[in-house]
Amino acid sequence: MAKPTQITPDAPVLDTRRPPGKEVGVRQFSGIGAWLDDRVGLGKIAKGGLRKVFPDHWSFLLGEIALYSFLVLLITGVFLTIWFKPSMAEIEYSGSYQLMKGLPMSEAFASALALSFDVRGGLLVRQIHHWAAILFIAAMTAHMLRIFFTGAFRKPRELNWLIGVALMSLSLIAGFSGYSLPDDLLSGTGLRFVDGLVRSIPLIGTWAEFFVFQGEFPGSALIARLYMVHILLIPGILLALIGAHMTMVVYHKHTQFPGPGRTEKNVVGYPLFPVYMAKAGGFFFVVFGVLILMGATMQINPVWNFGPYNPSQVTAGSQPDWYMGWVEGAIRIMPNLETHLFGTTWSWNIFLPGVGLMGLLFTALGVYPFVEAWVTGDKTEHHLLDRPRNAPTRTALGVAGMTCYAMFWLAGGNDLLATQFKVSLNAVTYVMRVAVFVAPVLAFIITKRICLSLQRADRERLLHGSESGIIERSAVGGYAEPHAPLSHDEAWTLSQHAQHEPVEASESVDANGIPVPGGVSARRAQWSQRFFRDDIRKPTRAELEAAQEHGDHAASDAADEVKALGH
Amino acid sequence: MSHDTTHDALVPVGDHPVSDPGIEPHVPRYTDADVAAGNNAYRRILGLLALVPVLAIVNAVVYFAVPRTASFNVIGTNFNASVLFLGLTGGLAVLLIGIAMVAWARDIMTDQEIAEERHPAGSSDEVRAAALDKINAGIAESGVGRRKLILAALGGGMGALAIPAVVLLADMGPWPLGDERRRTIEKTIWTEGVRLVNDVNKLPLKASDIELGQLVNGEPATLFDIHDGADFQVQRAKAAIIVVRMDPASIKIPASRQEWQVNGILAYSKICTHVGCPISLWEQQTHHLLCPCHQSTFDLGNSGLVVFGPAARALPQLPITVDAEGYLVARGDFTVPVGPSYFERDSSKDFKEGDQ
Repeated sequence: MAKPTQITPDAPVLDTRRPPGKEVGVRQFSGIGAWLDDRVGLGKIAKGGLRKVFPDHWSFLLGEIALYSFLVLLITGVFLTIWFKPSMAEIEYSGSYQLMKGLPMSEAFASALALSFDVRGGLLVRQIHHWAAILFIAAMTAHMLRIFFTGAFRKPRELNWLIGVALMSLSLIAGFSGYSLPDDLLSGTGLRFVDGLVRSIPLIGTWAEFFVFQGEFPGSALIARLYMVHILLIPGILLALIGAHMTMVVYHKHTQFPGPGRTEKNVVGYPLFPVYMAKAGGFFFVVFGVLILMGATMQINPVWNFGPYNPSQVTAGSQPDWYMGWVEGAIRIMPNLETHLFGTTWSWNIFLPGVGLMGLLFTALGVYPFVEAWVTGDKTEHHLLDRPRNAPTRTALGVAGMTCYAMFWLAGGNDLLATQFKVSLNAVTYVMRVAVFVAPVLAFIITKRICLSLQRADRERLLHGSESGIIERSAVGGYAEPHAPLSHDEAWTLSQHAQHEPVEASESVDANGIPVPGGVSARRAQWSQRFFRDDIRKPTRAELEAAQEHGDHAASDAADEVKALGH
Repeated sequence: MSHDTTHDALVPVGDHPVSDPGIEPHVPRYTDADVAAGNNAYRRILGLLALVPVLAIVNAVVYFAVPRTASFNVIGTNFNASVLFLGLTGGLAVLLIGIAMVAWARDIMTDQEIAEERHPAGSSDEVRAAALDKINAGIAESGVGRRKLILAALGGGMGALAIPAVVLLADMGPWPLGDERRRTIEKTIWTEGVRLVNDVNKLPLKASDIELGQLVNGEPATLFDIHDGADFQVQRAKAAIIVVRMDPASIKIPASRQEWQVNGILAYSKICTHVGCPISLWEQQTHHLLCPCHQSTFDLGNSGLVVFGPAARALPQLPITVDAEGYLVARGDFTVPVGPSYFERDSSKDFKEGDQ
């Protein structure tokens, strides 16, 4: 059957069914179009970019959600700056919230209360802003996991992965600096923690603390400084990096999942104009609309319930926003290691889980594409995504990382786990100390086994077809389930991936100890071996043909038997 | 990272056991094939968009008509009417635009997939050669081939600019040198004779009024004489204490601290030695004090030693006594800095297990 690979505007099947109508369109560049073309070359831009093809898949929307949440953050954030006062000057509250009349509080908190009670729509916008921040980081995390598990970070997209890692880490700072601004009891407690964290840095900790807080905690400068970080510095860098991120997506063209007609040399999908302009543009409004509805119906960060910051008070169950939970957990379960040496104090119990763990995560994320490329020796460009099962070691590593993160995150709620499940807080803490190490190992083993089983299932399916669900009884009384052959499309999709081979050791240094270009050390070969050794081989063309013949034989054998019995 | 090229051959791209069937044939949608269905989709989209102006106007009406404080209760949840209806009308209006646009793309726009060719991200050999020509022409014309020092001098000059850029930040905060530290983070406003007061009602604490097992959150009376808001917060963050009364027979009081307490009434810093949360969860029977932030637990019946959690140092104890009228007063400042650790902190003076 002939299969179209190009769109034909005069598809006969459509023409016969379509109601007749006048063709509309622009016949020539004139007016504003011509004016712009004469000045900025609009024609060239439209010719090159308007019909750019993007592939369709639900998981490609995750990054879009992150992008649109960021736009919502910018829009709602501008509204909030109209009223918010980033000042730690103590004033007496005289707004309309009766329960706090006359209480001393910072101007920042008073203006957060004014936004919540005196500005119409202020609380709505505050809540949209907070939900958008939470969605922003959640969508970004999901997007990053999609990229990881499908191998979209491979050549030529390593730089875009690095930009993504930078975006991720900066967003955490953006979120944290944001929820520290209202100067309520919860946000002040968060800042108290930051003070302790900054202090714990060996050698320069005290200096960093005095420079950040302009002296002692809490001081009078921090909120104004955080405000600058939150509304200018970080969003500015985020915008620039997002611009670079998107530019590279356009330059590389989007990756696509394997399927009929999808190859490393093409991209199959719908054109930017009009389909993706409407779909992606519409999706921005969907994300924005859902965030507004969340802001309208779901209360978040009710600062008036917490009260103004008082450094001698705290509430039980104080928790940061979800994305800082893993750091919080690490801080909670860390054993109390501290070294006292010649009149100095080295706070490993804060520095390692706080600064160290964050550094470790983002470093591990940043170097992963390069480590994998080194292990696999893979230098080719990849535009077709991996099905996660076809990269079992990578998938298992990813799930192990997620599990480790989840364990730290759970540990961040060890008090809630203890009270909700009526177990000992101490026991929860001890268990989590072990779980952060053991659970990832288990997750790695289990995930790898699942991937290999799925690979085996694919192989079975390719060789023997799909189960028909019909049990046939043969004339001699045997029962068998006939298998239906796969469609060509599915057989291709299941078998199109490359069968990777580990790199083999070769002479990596010459007699004088000088590295040989292209040499593979024994250690590298060993890692490569570990990475690939369990992969299930996909069937070869010969095996497939043999299996098909066997299937035909089986069918004719059964027929022969019937004939024999008939005689 | 650089790799050799020999491994390209190990990752064969063309060894597919099944040939590529090519892009699936296009199947016309119902809305393409059936004129009535197409018209229905069209009407649906118009209907969605027609609601948007209605909602926008209702939204504006809500803004002016609904009082800010009006609220109502739905199954136990209290909703502010203004927030809720502004959000519902606005959110729905925005959402409808989105749904209409997506529906337009899905039901009306041509849905035939098209293929676009990809090209390698890198440049071809010819482009690279041409680029090299230009680069070399530039290098030659710049004269750095013969006058190499220009580049080094330029780089050095720019690098030197980092010095004023960094120095310019030196005033971001006071320098925590020894004197400054002793004046700030190593000192609180507790001094000899300062009364312990309840931190809420500001009333002085009388030894005879404190019952066995009771915990009172305290502050120095002098705190409330500070009228500068920022200084008040700084001092409160360090001076906060908890005052507990325990049965002297059931607790361990080391010899050096016999004079620090009044008949089993002890005062400790309220600021956790971990990251500085104010500790407040009092387990009366065990004499343990639990920090709600990270669950460090201190034994107040044993000089504030850590019994659980990430804190590494005992809670500093404030030496107290009674004045002539029977009110609790401090005997002086804490003997060690309160709060979280910092690099220059001399932690050898903290109370450790086995100290007397």
